[in-house]
Amino acid sequence: MSLSETLDAPADEIAPAASKPLLSVNQLTRVYGSRIGCADVSFDLWPGEVLAIVGESGSGKTTLLNCISSRMTPTCGTVHYRMRDGASADIYKMAEAERRYLMRTDWGFVHQNPIDGLRMTVSAGANVGERLMAVGNRHYGNIRNTAIEWLSRVEIGEDRVDDQPRTFSGGMRQRLQIARNLVTEPRLVFMDEPTGGLDVSVQARLLDLLRGLVSDLGLAVVVVTHDLAVARLLSDRMIVMKEGRVIEAGLTDRVLDDPRAPYTQLLVSSILQV
Amino acid sequence: MNALTQDTSSQNLASYNFAYLDEQTKRMIRRAILKGIAIPGYQVPFASREMPMPYGWGTGGVQVTAAIIGRDDVLKVIDQGADDTTNAVSIRAFFAKTAGVVTTTATPDATIIQTRHRIPETPLTEGQVLVYQVPIPEPLRFLEPRETETRKMHALEEYGLMHVKLYEDIARNGHIATTYAYPVKVEGRYVMDPSPTPKFDNPKMHRSETLQLFGAGREKRIYAIPPHTEVVSLDFEDHPFEIQHFDQPCAMCGAEQVYLDEVVLDDKGGRMFVCSDTHYCESRRADGHCGALLGDEPGLGAEANTRKEAM
Amino acid sequence: MYVAVKGGEAAIANAHRLLAARRRGDANVPGLTLEQIAGQLSLAVDRVMGEGSLYDPELAALAIKQARGDLIEAVFLLRAYRTTLPRFGHSEPMDTGRMVVERRISAIYKDLPGGQLLGPTFDYTHRLLDPELAGDAPVDAPETGEDANERVVRVSDILGDEGLIEDDPLADASRPVADITRTPTEYPMDRDARLQTLARGDEGFLLALAYSTQRGYARSHPFVGEIRIGEVDVEVMIPELGFTVAIGRVKLTECQMVNQFQGSAKAPPQFTRGYGLVFGHAERKAMAMSLCDRALRASELGEDIVAPAQDEEFVLSHCDNVQATGFVEHLKLPHYVDFQAELDLVRRMRAEHFEAATKAADETAATDDTMEAAE
Repeated sequence: MSLSETLDAPADEIAPAASKPLLSVNQLTRVYGSRIGCADVSFDLWPGEVLAIVGESGSGKTTLLNCISSRMTPTCGTVHYRMRDGASADIYKMAEAERRYLMRTDWGFVHQNPIDGLRMTVSAGANVGERLMAVGNRHYGNIRNTAIEWLSRVEIGEDRVDDQPRTFSGGMRQRLQIARNLVTEPRLVFMDEPTGGLDVSVQARLLDLLRGLVSDLGLAVVVVTHDLAVARLLSDRMIVMKEGRVIEAGLTDRVLDDPRAPYTQLLVSSILQV
Repeated sequence: MNALTQDTSSQNLASYNFAYLDEQTKRMIRRAILKGIAIPGYQVPFASREMPMPYGWGTGGVQVTAAIIGRDDVLKVIDQGADDTTNAVSIRAFFAKTAGVVTTTATPDATIIQTRHRIPETPLTEGQVLVYQVPIPEPLRFLEPRETETRKMHALEEYGLMHVKLYEDIARNGHIATTYAYPVKVEGRYVMDPSPTPKFDNPKMHRSETLQLFGAGREKRIYAIPPHTEVVSLDFEDHPFEIQHFDQPCAMCGAEQVYLDEVVLDDKGGRMFVCSDTHYCESRRADGHCGALLGDEPGLGAEANTRKEAM
Repeated sequence: MYVAVKGGEAAIANAHRLLAARRRGDANVPGLTLEQIAGQLSLAVDRVMGEGSLYDPELAALAIKQARGDLIEAVFLLRAYRTTLPRFGHSEPMDTGRMVVERRISAIYKDLPGGQLLGPTFDYTHRLLDPELAGDAPVDAPETGEDANERVVRVSDILGDEGLIEDDPLADASRPVADITRTPTEYPMDRDARLQTLARGDEGFLLALAYSTQRGYARSHPFVGEIRIGEVDVEVMIPELGFTVAIGRVKLTECQMVNQFQGSAKAPPQFTRGYGLVFGHAERKAMAMSLCDRALRASELGEDIVAPAQDEEFVLSHCDNVQATGFVEHLKLPHYVDFQAELDLVRRMRAEHFEAATKAADETAATDDTMEAAE
């Protein structure tokens, strides 16, 4: 950015990769019968950017997350993703094989409940190594070493590599789930209430870790949370949802410090004490 | 509608077609077999019939054999490598009765060999067909119980989970602890269960001259490996696939590099090892080969005891 | 000396000869006739016909006799015969509304057109062993009455006329009805194939699953809308004639379970259906089937799948007792080749284990020595 400012040239020509969104969501709608899950949602996500989707339960934020992460087919609207070769692809027009490949290489998905995202009956090492094996890595020693390295990045000791996650605490499981997602160095990670079921002190430590990983790896993240403190700590930009629609969007600090929509004002004043 | 009529009960309540199955059913099974041959390693669903032997006792293999057998075929049936195990005897008798075909125990003489759990030691040749009885055709089943999900995994070639299992074996035991029903990849595409043959037999499937057909009756699946197809056992680069090795040759015929059965001789730990493939063993002995046991009969007790002490 | 096990053939022949003798029992007692079995053990015959999916009381009786009274074995015998029969065609849908009922009860209406008809039921008998039955005392002839000639309307039709119960899910007429004996199983399974699978499923297995739904594992608040047992005409369309011809009658048990209503924004609240239809007089089976059918409609009705009875692959791939008994019993077959492989592996792993333990002990000892030396 500073480069383009100093040169005073159109951003497109100088840094084409960073100047085009990684993910483009356009007029996305999902209805359940006559009830609205989410309606008419549009936004762009840029490489390395963290976007928080906040709202009360039932506001449609999880539906939105599932629709943009290809876990639930939207009723209408499009989701375009910029592939590593620079081409933009509509994820719902891809073949299923291609989409699933994308999901286990270039994308990650962190579930609120780690049980949903882990294999509880295989070791931590295999949990982290699974994605590597899925993309064709066939060297046991290398897979194991990479797993150990990633476990240490999420502060899990090497001595736990052969233990099953069922012997792990809630916070450790969540960190293991994160390592399992990041091992293929994805460019985009979806997170659904990643600190949801954890104690306050464990939450704080996990958020700290996440913040470090996101900036080290330059990850783009879409994080769904009802906790404005999480949005404040992790995100650059945020979207506020109510009854399936976007009420307000903007830079996180701006939205939290100077909320414009009455609903956001209510939300911020009633909850936010960061 | 002729072969069995005279053999059925005097009450004349029932009569059966050549090789038991009706011709419509045979055609349906042959279509499934052809599809299986066209897509090596792919599990073709077929409308498996109830057979007069229980599910899990070779109904899949029997249906495949019944669909391909003709009056001039020569049938061999083995179970655990042996021609005289009770279930092999029973299946051989079934076809002798319902199809009136010639049966044999000699591997080279057979045109169709139905097997459970072994591949004969004598190399099979072009023109022979090896029919496997398969209990659980899905190699991913014990990793993912749902059929809807495993079929999708095959369709999308998502086999990472298979290696997760092998990884776990090594992490836990230091080596891959799968000894039979060892998964293979066929022609670089489908991961396939070779049926519960010991992994010792896996290399025999690779580029075999023989057509290999697999029938799973209860699970209603047929699959195939056409002749000369590439069959590779899954492994890791630093933990390559290897087969079992036995420390001694067959006690009866002295054969090496064959799969051996352990025979308990007494209640004092006396053991001996003999060929699992009974025809192979017999024909070697007929050719004059002689193992430790036959060469030195009186020494048997001492020999066995010595081995025990050594262990 | 060691001799490889031989003589499988002779052993099998002898075993079967002994089996035949055991089956016959004491030769001084007269052998059972098929008429006796079909006439006096008719519920056993009905169960074998239902799960064997072949309507033929005489063959079912033969199967029971041949199986020494082992009903699953008898079902197996019947199935193995059935599968060899050519398939000529299929009947028209049977109209159970025109059933000649022998028993008809509803738990949701006190009285209704056609009336409640208890029929031959164990219900309300006291389960006291009857010593008189040890002999062959004559029994009173059944009471008979005038045929009221009243059409026995199906209870579901009464509810349906008011729109209180969902319509029977409409079958796509352009699609042929499934035949699970002629097409491979594929999931998810449509309701026609599912009902066929349940109809020949094991009574005990379905009963246990149905029971589990009542105890909270996928509760569906069921009411017996109606159970009817009786004979129905089987009609077949003869293309050459251009009209249908009745080719006979079969006895059927039908159970319509009426379950918790559900509604949505589009559809007003109404009761939902669970359906059971079985050959012969098989009330328990028909009721269990209807509860399982209702539980298996979970995804269609937008219910969460949380219990075993709702899990299609679990229920439908395990309810067939011929498959189940075969695979469980196949464990009797020799597995020594595989066991040999496992034996070898366990021995090797144990050796490695003890080797490692010894090594660790040596190291500890060595450390102790060093420490002692240092001291």
